[in-house]
Amino acid sequence: MPAIDLANPTKFLALVSRVLPWLIAATVIFFAIGLYGAANAPDDYQQGATVKIMYLHVPSAWLGMFGWGVMCAAAVGTLVWRHPLADVAGKSAAPIGAAFTFVCLVTGSLWGRPTWGTYWVWDARLTSELVLLLLYFGVLALYWTAEDPGRGARAAAILALVGAVNLPIIKFSVDWWNTLHQGESIFRIGGSTIDPSILTPLIVMAAAFTLLFVTLQLAAMRNEILRRRVRAMRLMQAQQFAEATS
Amino acid sequence: MSLGPHADFIIAAYALALFVVAALTAWVTLDYAAQRRILGDLEERGVTRRSGRESQ
Repeated sequence: MPAIDLANPTKFLALVSRVLPWLIAATVIFFAIGLYGAANAPDDYQQGATVKIMYLHVPSAWLGMFGWGVMCAAAVGTLVWRHPLADVAGKSAAPIGAAFTFVCLVTGSLWGRPTWGTYWVWDARLTSELVLLLLYFGVLALYWTAEDPGRGARAAAILALVGAVNLPIIKFSVDWWNTLHQGESIFRIGGSTIDPSILTPLIVMAAAFTLLFVTLQLAAMRNEILRRRVRAMRLMQAQQFAEATS
Repeated sequence: MSLGPHADFIIAAYALALFVVAALTAWVTLDYAAQRRILGDLEERGVTRRSGRESQ
């Protein structure tokens, strides 16, 4: 199937029906391997067993930002080409990205209490991550409350592009400012500072979470396409009723 | 596997993540069932999309 055909909602739905079972299976397998690895990974020499929270916290943080990246790509499709499938992708990514950002903030807080001695501190990394969650709420409000879905989608797309400024701030906040949050320890020049016995389960868990995100995103897009069909059919029904009674 | 003196924090983190993932999964699953049911009802009443009629 040529890639351009995926822009057709009916063909997209057919593709989703085919790939979803495989994605679900792959997600379950990766989570099983990742959780087994996380359970058997050694404790950190300083943080002890609390390092196990990292296997949830770090992938959630990545996917919170990844979700916003998906919304930015979709925003370009909405604003430049006005393609309905781009709008569907943006609207579907927002609640999923918000959920992962929420998991990142709460698990980070639960990790911070035993290691830092506090649940929360207004440092640059934590604050910029909270701003990301608030931006997600703003996008969701625009999608869910706009009377005209098209206008809501365009407003949400603009907010997604403006909010993208926050992504490099989150990423580099630990380099630009003096933060309680630790510096970059995975993707850095000179290689990761994490021992392979802890890093390997983290990579597997990140793959599992990414597969989960893609699975949920495709399922949510399928639902949104069906919701728009329902809306179109109801409008058609109202039009038929009006014609019959006039 | 020993979770040490901070087991409560670790268990709480995993429980929260499990709850959020379960909630997202339930949301997409129930929403899909609801949209399919509404579409089925509309089709039973003879309502079709314009593109659906054209393809018939």
